Amino acid sequence: MSTAPLRLVPAQERGVRIPSNESVPSIDSEAQLRSVLASLSGVDAVGLEGRAAKLATRSIKRSTKAAAIDLAISMVDLTTLEGADTPGRVSSLCAKAMRPDPLDLGVPSVAAVCVYPDLVAHASSELDGSSVAVAAVATAFPSGRASLQMKLLDVHEALAAGADEIDMVIDRGAFLSGRIGQVFDEIVAVKEACGEKHLKVILETGELVTYDHVRRASWIAMLAGADFIKTSTGKVSVSATPPTALVMLEAVRDFAETTGRLVGVKLAGGIRNSKDAIRYLVIVNETAGSIWLRPSLFRFGASSLLNDLLMQRLKQQRGAYVRADEFSGD
Amino acid sequence: MSEDRLDVRKTYKLLINGAFPRSESGRSYEVVGASGEFLANVAQGSRKDLRDAVVAARGAQAKWWAATPYNRGQVIYRLAEMAESRRDELCEHVALAEGIKMKAARSSVERAVDRIVWYAGWTDKVAQVMGSANPVAGAFFNFSVPVPSGVVAVLADQSSSLEAFVDAVLAPICVGNTVVAVASERRPTPAVLVGEMSATSDFPGGVLNIVTGRTEELATTLASHEDVDAIDLGGVDGALADSLAQSASGSIKRVLRNGDPSSTNSTRRLRAFVEISTVWHTIGQ
Amino acid sequence: MTDQGLVSSQLGSLHYEPALESSSLARLKPSYGLFIDGSFSDPGQHENLVTLNPATGETLATVAQGSVDDVDRAVKAARRAYENVWGKMSGAQRSKYLFRIARIIQERARELAVVETLDNGKPIRESRDIDIPLAAAYFFYYAGWADKLEHAGFGPDPQPVGVAGQIIPWNFPLLMAAWKLAPALAAGNTCVLKPAETTPLSALILAEILQQAGLPEGVVNIVTGDGSTGSALVEHPGVDKIAFTGSTDVGRLIQQRVASTPKRLTLELGGKGANIVFEDAPIDEMIEGIIDGIFFNQGHVCCAGSRLLVQESVAEEVLRRLVRRVEQLRVGDPLDKNTDVGAINSAEQLSRIEELVAVGEGEGATRYSSSCALPSKGFWFAPTVFSNVAQSHRIARDEIFGPVLSVLTFRTPEEVVAKANNTKYGLACGVWSEKGSRTLWVAERLRAGVIWANTYNRFDPTSPFGGMRESGFGREGGRHGLEAYLNV
Repeated sequence: MSTAPLRLVPAQERGVRIPSNESVPSIDSEAQLRSVLASLSGVDAVGLEGRAAKLATRSIKRSTKAAAIDLAISMVDLTTLEGADTPGRVSSLCAKAMRPDPLDLGVPSVAAVCVYPDLVAHASSELDGSSVAVAAVATAFPSGRASLQMKLLDVHEALAAGADEIDMVIDRGAFLSGRIGQVFDEIVAVKEACGEKHLKVILETGELVTYDHVRRASWIAMLAGADFIKTSTGKVSVSATPPTALVMLEAVRDFAETTGRLVGVKLAGGIRNSKDAIRYLVIVNETAGSIWLRPSLFRFGASSLLNDLLMQRLKQQRGAYVRADEFSGD
Repeated sequence: MSEDRLDVRKTYKLLINGAFPRSESGRSYEVVGASGEFLANVAQGSRKDLRDAVVAARGAQAKWWAATPYNRGQVIYRLAEMAESRRDELCEHVALAEGIKMKAARSSVERAVDRIVWYAGWTDKVAQVMGSANPVAGAFFNFSVPVPSGVVAVLADQSSSLEAFVDAVLAPICVGNTVVAVASERRPTPAVLVGEMSATSDFPGGVLNIVTGRTEELATTLASHEDVDAIDLGGVDGALADSLAQSASGSIKRVLRNGDPSSTNSTRRLRAFVEISTVWHTIGQ
Repeated sequence: MTDQGLVSSQLGSLHYEPALESSSLARLKPSYGLFIDGSFSDPGQHENLVTLNPATGETLATVAQGSVDDVDRAVKAARRAYENVWGKMSGAQRSKYLFRIARIIQERARELAVVETLDNGKPIRESRDIDIPLAAAYFFYYAGWADKLEHAGFGPDPQPVGVAGQIIPWNFPLLMAAWKLAPALAAGNTCVLKPAETTPLSALILAEILQQAGLPEGVVNIVTGDGSTGSALVEHPGVDKIAFTGSTDVGRLIQQRVASTPKRLTLELGGKGANIVFEDAPIDEMIEGIIDGIFFNQGHVCCAGSRLLVQESVAEEVLRRLVRRVEQLRVGDPLDKNTDVGAINSAEQLSRIEELVAVGEGEGATRYSSSCALPSKGFWFAPTVFSNVAQSHRIARDEIFGPVLSVLTFRTPEEVVAKANNTKYGLACGVWSEKGSRTLWVAERLRAGVIWANTYNRFDPTSPFGGMRESGFGREGGRHGLEAYLNV
């Protein structure tokens, strides 16, 4: 029996390689933007969905599950975006964000509280001194149907009230009708307004419909300066799905490899239970890798998810299922 | 000595969108056995019930067709399993409804169950038997596949309460259509039982809808309904069939008259409710 | 871009605690006899073969070594069953038996998956999600044909052939049994099945399933054993048809043996599948497809995409992504639900892989192997990619039947067609491109029985499978799969 010497894969080829001596190309015209987008590979929907389904069969148990649940909690943008939101509800949400389980101080705080701009000041004072950020949906959320001037005003107000992060929506109408330069310019303008504050760009993937669109929109947002790309507003029927998350994670991975710049991914809408959240963490783990497994680069925009994570966490500890009323409703 | 136990009787309802409503009209009619004895009060479906049934069938059709043929076959086979397990009940109903002896009823039920199995096997074979690769002259890949007509209205046979009913509804369903069936007017209960079984056989709601009632009244509504793509006139004949066929021309419905083929192995019913869709694709470097 | 200043985001860095499927679900007996005429023989009356768990080297069970006499008894039982029962039975009745078998396979799916993984070494994810459900699906599909044969395109009244002798390989033990038995039974034949020497167990569980289904005695007989048992089956004058899946060398021998007999023959043999990547391929899905093409079932797949032909303009990018993805594969305990690549089926197969890989290195190709840790017991080989491979290298021509991929490049469609066809085999190819017209142009010119476009290693009971040239003849699956078992 021969024993051929193994020539192992060199260490630097084992993961996603992010160069520090590259930079994001500056886009000066719509034509140039088009040529960058044209260089992107197409997405085969059948293969993509097959890959996402295969990743969903990963079996995450015991210690891995416990670690994943805590990681997921730390990645939650605890969200309330209802017309009927009140300062009282936001206060309660902020308390929960800082100490998700008042009886167990080992539970990490969530990443941020996400509210409409008019509630930013209130949230900001409630969260003062904590590690929890205030995120505001701005730019005529959720439709994005307003003038750029209005959108920027929305952003400025949110920032002035103390927002640490801005979640903006792209103009899907412009994107779908091919006015990608306009989409790009708006993001650039909002990012400029944000300065050092984090900008999350909501693609509203449910309205973009095809995965090719999601990939291109992701690149437009990243090229325009997004700190995060985000799936959805949560206000249309199709929100985050595993294949969509996979495409966006491929996009941030490839963008980092090309430009050296790390962009985060936020999934929002429809993620209600721990099992789904853990499945998404598996996709992150096997697509973008270790660097993205942290709240600064991956978030869940959700409300009811947090309680399910807490329930599963307690179940892991107690070895028995727990009732939903164990945790506060908000 | 205990008293004789009083049996609990069943209410015979419609099947629309996977639910079992009474007729919206609140009406029912009396069904009697072959020798005139009372059998049941059966819901007398109305035009509005049909309207709801067509909406349900339309809503379910795209998804039923999008399911894999393998999956459709499994669902239909599950119906055979359900029917087999409720064989005795079906026998009693067929015997009473058709006025035949239990032995004959049993044979009829067994044939009907085997027929369901036959259809279960067809779902993933119709494309192989009815489709083709076409050797067109030119650099094209050209193929034809059968696709369903859409929503099929079935006026079920008036005499064969189970066997003919199974054939009439499963043939269109098997190839991807959804069905609104009007059961035999005087012998509706075996069809109602099939509907109940379908609801426990993984049939998605709306794929099979069954309305009981006055055939002539219901048939007129269905034949003229513009969102019905095809109609099987098996349960009517003579002048009524002629007038329904004429009415069906209003929205260019596919019409099957006298659907019973001479041989049980005929694919005539399967072919009646499919369209052939042909794709051309270029071939070149 | 220089390597200096690189940061690496490790893929798969989230540690997955082992999620082991329980081996006790297999409910194995210590020894199995032969399944002839509806019942199992006493294991004590036979010489025995040991079947191992290739992931540990431990003994799983002993099975009988079928002798010439045993094969004779099995063939005679099959003949009696054919003449007295099965050959005369209506298609509708046969259909219902096959549906029953399909249903019981579904009911006992988890047990079968564990048995398959223990005996073969394949990951439980594959046996659970692919082998077993597909085996049930083949029975379902052919169940539906049993009462519709007159519609299959072989004339108004096609008749069965008689007794079929069926010899199957070790790479997909239960699935190959289903591929052989389901169409044969649907068409009205009776069968003597010889499972592979190293993977007999799932076929013996299938025998129990046939008993539970009430299949009449002798309709299916299962005779375990080594090559000599298979040889006895091929030589038996009472067999009307031989169906063989395995190596081209053995196939050649079988064809020679039956050449001067009236026996009908179908052969499903080796391959050296070309997986062709054009520069406009959907890159992420294509990388997954290459991985599935060669590392599915440890590369123990006759239609594996073992030659990767990449358009030169994207070769570097594809290779870089491919190597990264290979590194991410989880190799190890096949019973772990998170394992991607399991054990090599036998010591013999492992040494063949090692030998050919050494030849590849000697020929000057560049070898990348995953740095994954391999278990100390059992038979293992790290997923491996060779680049700088020339068309003349043995690793580009010989079937390795293991997790080893050879990468070559091309520039034009004509060139890639010529390269892909430059092999004695002709089983399967893949084409990756978003340009449908060119994919069809290439597909038309490839000499292969199956061509996958933007996917690889797809199987479905409705789709015919089989080879051209020295990959064999005859088709299994689909309407065409009936032909081998009908006098048409």
